[in-house]
Amino acid sequence: MEVSPQYAVQMHGITKRFGAFTALDEVDLDVRKQTVHAILGENGAGKTTLMNILYGLYQADEGGIFMNGQQVNIANPNDAIQLGIGMVHQHFMLIENFTVTENIILGDEVCGAAGVLDMRKAREEVMALVNEYGFDVDPDARIEDITVGMQQRVEILKALYRGAEVLILDEPTAVLTPQEIDKLIEIMHDLISKGKTIIIITHKLREIMQSADECSIIRRGVYMGTVDVKQSSETELASKMVGRNVNLTVEKTPAHPEDVMLSIRGLTVKDERGIEQVRNLDLDVHAGEIVGIAGIDGNGQQELVDAICSLVKATSGTICIAGQEIQNTNPRNVLNHSVAVIPSDRHRWGLVLPMMVEENTVLERHGEDLFGKGIMLDYDKLHDFTSKLIERYDIRPAGCEEERMSGLSGGNQQKAIIARQVSYVPDLLIAFQPTRGLDVGAIEAVHKTLIGERDRGAAILLISFELDEVMDVSDTIAVIYHGQIVGTFAQGTVDENQLGLLMAGGEAQ
Amino acid sequence: MESIILLLSITLMYSTPLVFGALGGVISERSGVTNIGIEGMMVIGAVAAATASYFTGNPWIGFLAAGAAGALVALLHAVASVSFAADQTISGVAINMLAPGIALFACRFFFDGAAMSPIATKLPGAVFGNMSINITTIIALLFAVIMWFVLYKTKWGLRIRAVGEHPAAADTLGINVYRVRYACVLVSGMLAGFGGASMTIAIISQFTQTAISGHGFIAMAAVIFGKWHPFGAYGACLLFGFTQALVVVLGGGNFIVPSQILSMLPYVMTIVVLILFVGRSVAPKADGVPYVKGSR
Repeated sequence: MEVSPQYAVQMHGITKRFGAFTALDEVDLDVRKQTVHAILGENGAGKTTLMNILYGLYQADEGGIFMNGQQVNIANPNDAIQLGIGMVHQHFMLIENFTVTENIILGDEVCGAAGVLDMRKAREEVMALVNEYGFDVDPDARIEDITVGMQQRVEILKALYRGAEVLILDEPTAVLTPQEIDKLIEIMHDLISKGKTIIIITHKLREIMQSADECSIIRRGVYMGTVDVKQSSETELASKMVGRNVNLTVEKTPAHPEDVMLSIRGLTVKDERGIEQVRNLDLDVHAGEIVGIAGIDGNGQQELVDAICSLVKATSGTICIAGQEIQNTNPRNVLNHSVAVIPSDRHRWGLVLPMMVEENTVLERHGEDLFGKGIMLDYDKLHDFTSKLIERYDIRPAGCEEERMSGLSGGNQQKAIIARQVSYVPDLLIAFQPTRGLDVGAIEAVHKTLIGERDRGAAILLISFELDEVMDVSDTIAVIYHGQIVGTFAQGTVDENQLGLLMAGGEAQ
Repeated sequence: MESIILLLSITLMYSTPLVFGALGGVISERSGVTNIGIEGMMVIGAVAAATASYFTGNPWIGFLAAGAAGALVALLHAVASVSFAADQTISGVAINMLAPGIALFACRFFFDGAAMSPIATKLPGAVFGNMSINITTIIALLFAVIMWFVLYKTKWGLRIRAVGEHPAAADTLGINVYRVRYACVLVSGMLAGFGGASMTIAIISQFTQTAISGHGFIAMAAVIFGKWHPFGAYGACLLFGFTQALVVVLGGGNFIVPSQILSMLPYVMTIVVLILFVGRSVAPKADGVPYVKGSR
């Protein structure tokens, strides 16, 4: 592609190596002015690395960057900001106990003499921006007190305040409700009409179809081409991204629910500050069905799972597994009732990263006679057991039994956890964000496993912040809001908008 | 009345080294670097002040030498914990173990093998009626006000607090996290050094091995009790200084409690305060976490 002023940003032949690993291999990117340009790729494909190079956080080993037809040199974020590039990171770069105004001006403060802050003038400048773009943001509010959607708008304001002409949005929809996503897409189109250019990094196909004009695809650090979104389809994008055909719809037969496996009545759980996070919650999960809990992060999901696992005390209420009360006992007792949990944060709860894969695969069962005698572990048995799981669940690289868990990619770590939990042949499988951070191909595998477990007769409790996942996989969908189940629906009897409203605390129509 | 004024002036006197130490802790921790080494930096400041004051006869040179010596030791902490992302607690503990050794060595080196310095010239004081206040007490108060102003009213303060809360965010806005942390740790060491000086050339007039005995740790407790705020820390130091004043005033009279027990008061108070307030007051989010570019 020729270097031309009609492109806001052009990156040509970008190569970036981290040691022996080539993260980007001669990647090209040409972004037309006043368009939304999506960058699509699996996890670890190099999308974020490419954008970090554009924003000056990393330096490319080879290749050139051009803006409006001119070659530019971006050595650090300051250079990028000077050139009119703004970046909204996936994990917001906001200081929680600062006000909106303080966050926006940080690093480019409005000052009087000798570096003394002029907060009144700063506030006026922020207000002018807020009004110009019609954002619904209170400049005096603290970040910790406003919604995630608003925080994202603050991030966009931060970039606009610095005069950004090109906005990079890194996975902007990961934490938003469907309504907030619509609002974001509206904002993006408005920004385009005001002359800005937007680059959006994502692995969500539907949002690309809704918002982007063009889409560049990167697979394992290699540029796979750019497509006109209007001429393309979700299926085409997915197969280009993964390199094979992907089944985007979840295939399953109707459920055959049997007896109640998990029964929760009147459950109330307080967090460590004494605030009720789960309030008088009722929930039933039958053997042979998948119950999905839809909800925005922080509405009591974590406390609910912790209470079922007896990791925290329930203030009141009962939790029964196959008719036996298990609340306020201990995790070992819950495991003994044939409950398996895929935790939401594999690094915090699921795995011991510095330990070997074969040690991780028996974490909860190492005491069983299967893996040794008395106090001794039999590593040969661990090895054989793990080999079988690696083969069956396609954990890569093959033969990684004695490698450290930290050496595996996120997707393979998740596969290892799921393989371990399923190897217990549980009666109740709790899957909390089982596809967090996974790409299309890996998600497909996880969903297949969950449905397979259901068909074997296990009860599955799926808790996810991804509404699509809950809607696609669950037989029954329950919505959690402020620690209560505010609606229960059979799959196919409810649409995304209704669920989105309930998730945000509205009334179902 | 007499004894109340006495108590007040002793409180101010004894709280002064703590105030310097605590302000040093505040500035360092606000930028995200835990500084357990305050104690060690105070010891170094104490010996530097007495030595420089003795040889030059000018206590102000002693005071400045203490600041410089404290900053020099802090540089070690900054190199280890900012540049090399070492565990900040370990680096601080190392400084605390190193400092008394260096102080004793310096003492023996300069004063013909003596374990304590000769009497050095003291910094001047001001007399208000029955009350005499050393100049260091006023300087300490001044520093608290200046630090408050810098932290909350200037762009530098906004940046320091940002770096202590969320260094990656500051980095993306073009703020040099390492430079901010270096500056804050060096200032921290300088203030701790002043704290040492306000013990050896203001309260007493020589360096001894026990001149600084836990003052740095009490100052760290004051940082927590004072919620990482300059005025909060100042107030906490007054409280700790008051307990030390009680020891002095009550210890002098025919009091029923043995002086050995009484001397425990400041330390017991510190433990009580820590039990009650650690965990309850909220530290800067990135306090104690080394910042490594790229690991976000």
